[in-house]
Amino acid sequence: MEGFSAIYIFMLAAFTGYEVIARVPVILHTPLMSGSNFVHGVVLVGAMVVLGNADPNSPLQLTIGFIAVLLGAANAAGGYVVTERMLAMFKRDDRKGAAK
Amino acid sequence: MMAKWLIDVAYFIVAVLFILGLKAMSSPVSARRGIVWAGAGMVLATVVTFLTPEMRNFGLIVIALVLGGVGAWWSGKVVKMTDMPQMVAIYNGMGGGAAAAIAALEFARGEIHGPVVTTLATLGALIGAVSFSGSCVAWAKLQGVMKKARRLPAQNFVNIVLGLAAIGFGVAIVLTGEPAQIITFFILSLVLGAVLTLPIGGADMPVVISLFNAFTGLAVGFEGYVLGNPALIIAGIVVGAAGTLLTQLMAKAMNRPLTNILFQPITGEAQGGGNIEGTMKELSGLDAAAMMRFAQKVIVVPGYGMAVAGAQHKVWEMAQLLEKEGVEVKFAIHPVAGRMPGHMNVLLAEAGVPYDKIFDLEEINAEFPLADVALVIGANDVVNPVARTDKSSPIYGMPILDADKAQNVIVIKRGKGAGYSGIENALFFEDNCRMLYGSAQQAVADVISHIKAMAA
Repeated sequence: MEGFSAIYIFMLAAFTGYEVIARVPVILHTPLMSGSNFVHGVVLVGAMVVLGNADPNSPLQLTIGFIAVLLGAANAAGGYVVTERMLAMFKRDDRKGAAK
Repeated sequence: MMAKWLIDVAYFIVAVLFILGLKAMSSPVSARRGIVWAGAGMVLATVVTFLTPEMRNFGLIVIALVLGGVGAWWSGKVVKMTDMPQMVAIYNGMGGGAAAAIAALEFARGEIHGPVVTTLATLGALIGAVSFSGSCVAWAKLQGVMKKARRLPAQNFVNIVLGLAAIGFGVAIVLTGEPAQIITFFILSLVLGAVLTLPIGGADMPVVISLFNAFTGLAVGFEGYVLGNPALIIAGIVVGAAGTLLTQLMAKAMNRPLTNILFQPITGEAQGGGNIEGTMKELSGLDAAAMMRFAQKVIVVPGYGMAVAGAQHKVWEMAQLLEKEGVEVKFAIHPVAGRMPGHMNVLLAEAGVPYDKIFDLEEINAEFPLADVALVIGANDVVNPVARTDKSSPIYGMPILDADKAQNVIVIKRGKGAGYSGIENALFFEDNCRMLYGSAQQAVADVISHIKAMAA
């Protein structure tokens, strides 16, 4: 990737992250932390790519790559389940007729 | 070429899904939709990555993917709601570990060239490794595997030396890149994360977990640059920025600057002004029931003690009973109640408490003087008035719920000991405060039975 366009991406992504969170009620802090924890689970994709490029004859490379994919997959899967479970609990007062 | 194009388009869609998902997650109404979108993005990203040209080792990839994915999925399904914070911590740490491992593998392959790429790879590795070992320690503490907050002698000095040494070896990697340097660098980074987290305890823990969450985001973003993968860059940096803001919000809610949390942890011994005049006055379940049954307005202040006792369902049952008798019941949540901001909201939501009955500190504090009863269940430091008055107290300046300003205060508490941070609570000695001893579960069940008897 061109050096400078990457810096633009860094900057814009940083502002986006800031804006997305800026007006969040306290009630959602934990689910959102968990949700953002899930989103960086995309590190799994990077781990898959590096393991995919690792030298099949190098046990060291394969081991490190295997660990990377293992950890990345756990981050993504665990992050999703936990966030989903938390968010499943948010429902309005049923007596007002508003279901979840 | 076709595959490359397809992957680029897919990663673009993934980035959009992640951002929209996070945005949706910032409002209670759309939050569930948000995680589904982000989840769809993750599935798309994973599937399309298999099309990457010149990939090998598919067998290993699939095995690692299934092992890690299924293991974490299962553990996430079975964990209790009260144990959520440490699960978030450990999954987050794994993400950081993955980022560090990516850097390690790229170093091992000798595929990192140029000072900019090497610097970012090293920086990502440092942050990722710190996040990994730090999160593991955080998990161990919250899980109760590691009981006490431990302060090394000259803790801050050790932190600084370790930090500088890790950075020094990082610079050496950029300049020369010997294998020995790389190995030392990784070991130092891992030790740094663990040592940094060891002395931190109590209410500071959630802030640290959030900080590590932001760290992992940054690490992922940097490794994304190394791999030239825009999905990693965007998701990583967005989370890095969002996590940093979230960490600041949490630190602000406790009125503890982040530097204090990291370098001047609250410890049990460090209590100032421990001598509080007066005695604690006990009351019976019957009296408590009568007080609330004939009140106009009751504000419930739940704390972690209630959650541990699993009493939130009972508390909500009691609140519904009181409402039937015409009592106005509200729930007041301190920003750091539970073990993470919003954790208590989640626990109450689990019990079925509608979120329009749950109020933040700023919303509810003015209402305490108008309340007949403030019912404090398993909360301690967050209602301790010394935070307002006693400059020598470690929690001085932390915003608290003004439960002491209610006409009457009932505190349900297991025993007479001090709170999680080990600080005596002046509220318990106030004239308008009565103690109802017992586990939250039992005490509330007792109160419920008395309220029912009165209604009959």
